[in-house]
Amino acid sequence: MALSNPKQSTTDARLAALKLPGGGGWTDAARKDALGRVRAMGLPQRRDEYWKFTRPDTLTQAEAPKAEAFHPGEHEIFGGVDRLKIVFVDGVFDATASDDLEAEGIKIERLEASASADIHWARDLYGVLEARGQTPVDRPLAALNTAAATDGVLIHVTGRAQRPVNLIYRHESDSSDAMLHHVIKLDAGSEMTLLENGPAAARFNDVLEVDLGDGARFHHVRTQGRDHQRRASTHIFARLGHECAFKSFTMTANGALTRNECVIELLGNDASAHIAGASMGDGDFHDDDTVFVIHDALRCESRQVFKKVLRNGATGVFQGKILVKAGAQKTDGYQISQSLLLDGDSQFLAKPELEIYADDVICSHGSTSGAIDEDAMYYLRARGVPKAIATDLLTLAFLAEAVDEIADPSLQDEIKTLLEGWLERRRG
Amino acid sequence: MLEIKNLHVDLEDEDKTILKGVDLTVEAGKVHAIMGPNGSGKSTLSYVLSGRDGYKVTQGTATLEGHDILDMEPEERAAAGLFLAFQYPVEIPGVGNMTFMRTALNAQRKARGEDEMSAADFLKLIRAKAKELHIDADMLKRPVNVGFSGGEKKRNEILQMALLEPKMCILDETDSGLDVDAMKLVADGVNALRSEGRGFLVITHYQRLLDHIKPDFVHIMSDGRIIKTGGPELALEVEKNGYADILAEVA
Repeated sequence: MALSNPKQSTTDARLAALKLPGGGGWTDAARKDALGRVRAMGLPQRRDEYWKFTRPDTLTQAEAPKAEAFHPGEHEIFGGVDRLKIVFVDGVFDATASDDLEAEGIKIERLEASASADIHWARDLYGVLEARGQTPVDRPLAALNTAAATDGVLIHVTGRAQRPVNLIYRHESDSSDAMLHHVIKLDAGSEMTLLENGPAAARFNDVLEVDLGDGARFHHVRTQGRDHQRRASTHIFARLGHECAFKSFTMTANGALTRNECVIELLGNDASAHIAGASMGDGDFHDDDTVFVIHDALRCESRQVFKKVLRNGATGVFQGKILVKAGAQKTDGYQISQSLLLDGDSQFLAKPELEIYADDVICSHGSTSGAIDEDAMYYLRARGVPKAIATDLLTLAFLAEAVDEIADPSLQDEIKTLLEGWLERRRG
Repeated sequence: MLEIKNLHVDLEDEDKTILKGVDLTVEAGKVHAIMGPNGSGKSTLSYVLSGRDGYKVTQGTATLEGHDILDMEPEERAAAGLFLAFQYPVEIPGVGNMTFMRTALNAQRKARGEDEMSAADFLKLIRAKAKELHIDADMLKRPVNVGFSGGEKKRNEILQMALLEPKMCILDETDSGLDVDAMKLVADGVNALRSEGRGFLVITHYQRLLDHIKPDFVHIMSDGRIIKTGGPELALEVEKNGYADILAEVA
């Protein structure tokens, strides 16, 4: 089917402005296939149903809109955690700032450095989970990433990773347009923690593909940087085998536009997937979480917990779906999306969906928008807590259910510190 | 300590007058009780004094140690030494009980120009106070009042009172929802706080609580006014004959 005219011209213009990595090697075929997917789907348009609440224009236009690099000069995020650091500056690997890519229990390589090899374990995964994630909903920006990503990390987890791997995305150039693609393969019974932080670029397109073998455990915590004008489109594609545990938490504070998509396939019995997000936006902030969880096995559990604090005209979006396929009996699916509107100017747009083809399942979902609870506020103030501090306490309390999804207490503390800092700076 | 003069209060959202000229003085070291039938304005009085939204003072004054409290924010009243033990303590999911109490204590100390208390000192203090009220460590760790029984909520109120050491304590139907043992525990907590420098205003429906917290004065409130004042014997009279006789006598 031919694309509509605006879709065609947007797609052509974007592709014309891109230099596609080439040069042979195992990625060539994957990139070529992905490019075919992009051409067939076309890049998202405002009229697309899946983009009803978020304007994709600035994510698809040929040139990245400028975004000032922001250097808050504060404490290092995850600084209190013993981790292996891998640094990208505006999407370019920084060897000097990075640790040696060696750690017990895992093998780490860079996409850029290994792409020219003839064969590679990642060949069976690179772009594969992304391609699976294109059904039943198109995700053209992810296919674009598979076709054109310049770098990323390929991590093979064979045992229990000794310490977390921290991808640090620095943003220096006002006009940078970065595209990174990471692939993580967890062997059966293995375990790792991935940390991501930083704005990455003026515009960032990030794809993370995670394949979990039976019994593997994957923990993921990321923060997306405080640059006000930055734009990002990220995708997580995860495939879970039997008895796997997948946990992903994202903190989003500031940013002109963030679209975080997540596609989780539960293919093995008794697996569990938790996806959570805490967002805080003040003013020119548009934050979209679009989540798709597919239950295709017995007795799996999934949880989506998304909380957004919005003020001064900020917009929050949540599109979350639980798809329970026929035969996925004893599924336990939960989804909650809530916004705390600190004033009358902000808005929260939510589209929770359940699609269930099995008859013996528990699925629940809820979505709310509200202000600070007046009774709680009065109670705190009657005990002497000033209004501004009481507001912060109640805001953190609102976010707690999402933050509690982080299993590691020290990582939870890191995130709480960041959230408190954000609130404190706005207390005035 | 607390001086209320000719206090008139309307509901902000509807054209309704609740308090129609309340006069009451609570001296330091004394316990005053207010009794009265439902709808007489007892709880409204406690809300207006503590600064809850939704009420409009149309006439009269209320001062704490000579300072006009009606112009103060609720948190300023608290820092000035006013404490309201809530009839229905509010549940606050996500805020730890300890965090709540430490934040409150330090906010009050800061407002009074005192040093904030360290986490270690606070822990020692709160544990000691909690023990006296038979509050276990688990209750301190849980979110504020969430999942607490009626008795636990009221004990938690008294714990906050013991911690914050206010000058003027208002207890709004602290006996409601308590069994006899829980009431005795709460009353013991209150009695332990009675001192020369502290005033109490105990609002209750029933004389029962006043068996445990012996008042110096008892006031009967009806239709937004205090219609009769006496000693502890007045409470016994209410217990025996109900409010009808007193109301008839005043009318």
